[in-house]
Amino acid sequence: MLETEKLGKTYSTGDEALSDVSVRIDGREVVAMIGPSGAGKSTFVRCVNRLVEPTTGSIRLDDTELTALDEDELRDARRNIGMVFQEYNLVERLTVMENVLSGRLGYVSNWAALRRNFPPEDVERAYELLDLVGLDGMEDKRVDELSGGQRQRVGIARAVVQEPKILLADEPTSSLDPETSRDVMELLTDIAEDRDVPVLINIHEVDLAEAYADRILGLHAGELVFDGPASDLTEESKGIIYRGEEPPESAAVDPDWLSEADDESNSRNGQNHRSDRLPAED
Amino acid sequence: MATESSSSVGPADAADRRTWQRPTTFRSRRVKWLVYSAVLALVAWSVASLQITPGRFLSGIGYGYELIKSMLPPETGQENLLRLWDRLVETIAMAMVATVAGIAMSLPVAFGAAENISPRPTYYLSRGIISASRAIDGLIVAIVAVIALGFGPLAGIVAISFKTIGFFSKLFAEDLEDIDMGGVEAVEATGASRFQTLVYGVVPQVVPRFAGLAVYRWDINIRSSTIVGIVGAGGIGVLLQRAYQRYEYDYVAAILVAIIAVVLVAEFVSAVVRRRVQ
Amino acid sequence: MAGATREWNRFDARERLFRIGSVVVAVAVVVGSWEWLDISLQYVATAPTHLSDLFGRMFPPDWGYLPNAVGPLAETVQIAVVGTIGAVLMAAPVAYITAENTTPNRATYALGKLIVTTSRSVHTIVWALLFVVMFGPGALAGTVATAVRSIGFLAKLLGEEIEEIDFGQVEGVRATGASPAQLLVYGIVPQIKPALVGLSVYRWDINVRAATILGFVGAGGIGVQLFEAINSFAWRTVSALLVAILGVVLVSEGVSAYARRKVR
Repeated sequence: MLETEKLGKTYSTGDEALSDVSVRIDGREVVAMIGPSGAGKSTFVRCVNRLVEPTTGSIRLDDTELTALDEDELRDARRNIGMVFQEYNLVERLTVMENVLSGRLGYVSNWAALRRNFPPEDVERAYELLDLVGLDGMEDKRVDELSGGQRQRVGIARAVVQEPKILLADEPTSSLDPETSRDVMELLTDIAEDRDVPVLINIHEVDLAEAYADRILGLHAGELVFDGPASDLTEESKGIIYRGEEPPESAAVDPDWLSEADDESNSRNGQNHRSDRLPAED
Repeated sequence: MATESSSSVGPADAADRRTWQRPTTFRSRRVKWLVYSAVLALVAWSVASLQITPGRFLSGIGYGYELIKSMLPPETGQENLLRLWDRLVETIAMAMVATVAGIAMSLPVAFGAAENISPRPTYYLSRGIISASRAIDGLIVAIVAVIALGFGPLAGIVAISFKTIGFFSKLFAEDLEDIDMGGVEAVEATGASRFQTLVYGVVPQVVPRFAGLAVYRWDINIRSSTIVGIVGAGGIGVLLQRAYQRYEYDYVAAILVAIIAVVLVAEFVSAVVRRRVQ
Repeated sequence: MAGATREWNRFDARERLFRIGSVVVAVAVVVGSWEWLDISLQYVATAPTHLSDLFGRMFPPDWGYLPNAVGPLAETVQIAVVGTIGAVLMAAPVAYITAENTTPNRATYALGKLIVTTSRSVHTIVWALLFVVMFGPGALAGTVATAVRSIGFLAKLLGEEIEEIDFGQVEGVRATGASPAQLLVYGIVPQIKPALVGLSVYRWDINVRAATILGFVGAGGIGVQLFEAINSFAWRTVSALLVAILGVVLVSEGVSAYARRKVR
């Protein structure tokens, strides 16, 4: 279970990339985070495993407060967080098997890493995953000999071999063609279900998000403006997320609310408003 | 590589676990260990034979301090500086002439060493010349030149030209071998003469690199001409050798500064020209 | 269609001026150099005669001398081996501070560049001259000279490799919870390994050639025999030694090419 509370990130340039994002991800949900470029989606995902350091707020993975961890503890915690990258971030000169096994580095000694001496269970896990992602027989190929789609599968296998408590994906399909993108999304959702692990995907292709995710998080200018089941994502919600449009009047309207200069601070969690007011559009 | 002893998909036990080992570029693991041990043996043997001990090393460092003291401050007497300047100009002049002469002489050799346009015997002869030129150190060539031609810059020019031939011809020949024969054939097909084919078909493909290579080699030749004087082949190396023999280390220091300055300037010029040309 | 016929020129007026200008300048410099050197044309004319006379006296090579050359030839190779290894070890940190993406601060960067420049601008034999004064004549001076000269070469090129490191690949490994040592071994080393091995072996090859003449200034290796033979006008011995040197250099070139092929 992942829970963030008032997560914020302001860069030293003054750019407030994230502000006050509170989210809870559980079970085996497939959660897609969507929003315009620069909305902070990537920042959010990278804050979870602290590849980007959050400035305020808390992040809890099960019972562990991630923001409070020191270097060593953070490394241990990262073993439980699997990450898939847009540019794959594989070690190009190494083989597929070595890259998948690198997911287990947090569990072996430095010397073992040098000798590529991983325990047999890890090797077996790696083989199973290679079969799962459709790359069996290719374990000795160098990564730089593979296509984009194949590389991303290796990336997924690496993340899953960690047997993580949560799987993060930072624009996993942006470098892939539409058909391969669908394969990758399919794979991620299957993994969520088969392994009982929640998946958080930062994605900008809204159609993929709608097709594969159980739940959608909408980010606009660093703030969470939508949090609900994928079925609740209407044209209006997309407008709020992508164009920062103001949400329509709700039953409990606050006169001051309408006179606020910037629309951002108005777009709060639309979760409860939407479902009882508007009919589902098509 | 995976070795499976059973294809059952069930709880894995030792018998049916697949194993994996990192692949190696060598034909087998045995070859790999053989090569690694050979290298290690070579290194161990070398270190032992040379008798390099920390003791010897440290006492050398001690002398180094003495040496540096006697090198500073560098010689700045007017007469010596004039001599220095004179030799510097000589050094640069040698490099200029040697580069041009070397390139001129290397063109025929390069054409002879290109597999795709040269007959067999010429090919082997040219490649032989290139190998000899590249394998033998410039200073050895300089000594031989001095013996044949006497002390002075002529020996230096001949020596450096010879090294230039080896360098230039090899690269040039590789360029010639790489040319797109299709382009050449196309020009031939229009009915052009051999010379026209050369100018229109071959040369344009090769010229862009020419200027860059020439300046690159000129830079290297400047470096060479600063030291061939050590064996008497002209240039500032002559001064260096004399000062060294007379233990005039402060003059040596001044000469070294001059050499470094010339080399740096040449490198700069070479970099600038190559950037303009590319 | 009205209008004048159109012209085509490969280069426009300004470019042509520049090209012609450079050629003129280059020719002027070369001719000027030749004039300045004032080498009597008589010497030039007789040069081929002298050379062929010398080569005549070098044939046939005195093969019988070669067993005496085995030891010094071995020493030459050893100087190259130890010198190159020492250089690689010392060049690694220098490369680190010379690379724009890993250097801690401007001062270390400047220091790195200074070391590289000094090392590269002074020929190995000049270093040998200095180290013979320090360490006395012998292979030790030659080895140190080889090492010092090689540091600049290796550090410059290794630094460039380090600048090319893709830190995305490293980040991927970091996200799994790897330790810093594992990051180095799994994320960085695989990226620079071809360059590291390739450059080291390449420099070793160059050093074998350079080590052949260190003996001229008393810094060990086959240069000592060669110098002696030349001074005693034993031309046939000289040519035998030259052939032996050629053989050793060809072998080292072969080894170098093999190694660089194996590490892609």
